[in-house]
Amino acid sequence: MAAVVEEVVVTEVDAPVASDVTFRIRRFIPEFDEEPHWEDYTIALYPTDRVLTALDKIKGELDGTLSFRRSCGHGICGSDAMRINGRNRLACKTLVKDLDIKKPITVEAIKGLPLEKDMIVDMEPFFAAYRQVLPFLIPEGHDPTRERLQSAEDRARFDDTTKCILCAACTTSCPVYWTDGQYFGPAAIVAAHRFIFDSRDSGFEQRLEVLNDKEGVWRCRTTFNCTDACPRGIEVTKAIQEVKRALIFRRV
Amino acid sequence: MSAPSIDAPRSFSGRSMNRRNGQRSNFELYSWLFMRISGIVLVFLVLGHLFIMNILDGGVQRINFAFVAGRWASPFWQVWDLTMLWLAMLHGTNGMRTIINDYAERDQTRFWLKMILYVSAGFIILLGTLVVFTFDPNIG
Ligand code: SF4
Ligand code: FES
Repeated sequence: MAAVVEEVVVTEVDAPVASDVTFRIRRFIPEFDEEPHWEDYTIALYPTDRVLTALDKIKGELDGTLSFRRSCGHGICGSDAMRINGRNRLACKTLVKDLDIKKPITVEAIKGLPLEKDMIVDMEPFFAAYRQVLPFLIPEGHDPTRERLQSAEDRARFDDTTKCILCAACTTSCPVYWTDGQYFGPAAIVAAHRFIFDSRDSGFEQRLEVLNDKEGVWRCRTTFNCTDACPRGIEVTKAIQEVKRALIFRRV
Repeated sequence: MSAPSIDAPRSFSGRSMNRRNGQRSNFELYSWLFMRISGIVLVFLVLGHLFIMNILDGGVQRINFAFVAGRWASPFWQVWDLTMLWLAMLHGTNGMRTIINDYAERDQTRFWLKMILYVSAGFIILLGTLVVFTFDPNIG
């Protein structure tokens, strides 16, 4: 019996090619610049490179003065939210192949927070709003000797909002937040949602009082910019609507 | 050298302290609800009004003093028009108030824009209400 020799077909996979990509970056160094201005940098990148890699390269090879925050590089720490081609994205989760490289790619700081330098903004107003919604468990009654148990269904109610990494992409994409910095912003409401809909928490009244404020959830215009911006895929606008409903019916 | 003092974690910020002692109001909640409800009611009132005025037998051609006088002789149309006037004016005014809050940056600008808004809205509501109630069909 003749052995059947299978022919092994080796397809040549093209090695990825690097191409020149131009980044148009909004630079601002308070010591030298009166006003922010745009500057172009061209570097060679692979389609699989991230915008963060590009910024690292520009900083390393072209202009050491470029400043931006980054830490994990994997979409977990939430420090590198920026406005890429006009949309709030994490630089470490945006791949070059998903952008149109025929035109310069614009990169600038997130809007609505005080600009400090290049891509760095003062996050304090953002965290101040976060603190105001009491983002921690407020339990009731005696402390149990064991864990506070919860059914899978109860856990599922706020599962989406546990994913927030506090990157501020949502809050700084909100037109209401841009025009007046008083609004709490979507991220703070997401943080509140996380605890309001937790069956183990009983800080409902306290938080609703905060969110019912003149600058609270009622300023939301359901623009959906926040849902579009969230790098964690949280349905931010939906969470805000759920909080509104809880406020109207005074019940979770 | 003394140790640096560290603020207690999880303390309320000044602003939320004020809020807790100060005025709690459901005004924004009710205004939000009002916008949704009046919006739905207005869809029926306004579309109905347009249909009667512009399409139903003869449309605009048949509208004259006698037609209006005849309609307002019935309390039903008086109530219809009055509700439409009030809801439309309050809905529009509240919408404009929201826009002013969003876009006017300086407190002074905000204040004066809102004053103009409220005065003109009040004027139109009063005038309209007055006409609906005191309309005299024998005037012509
Ligand atoms: S909700 Fe999403 S966009 Fe907003 S801060 Fe959290 S992770 Fe960032
Ligand atoms: S560097 Fe941590 S989220 Fe992008």
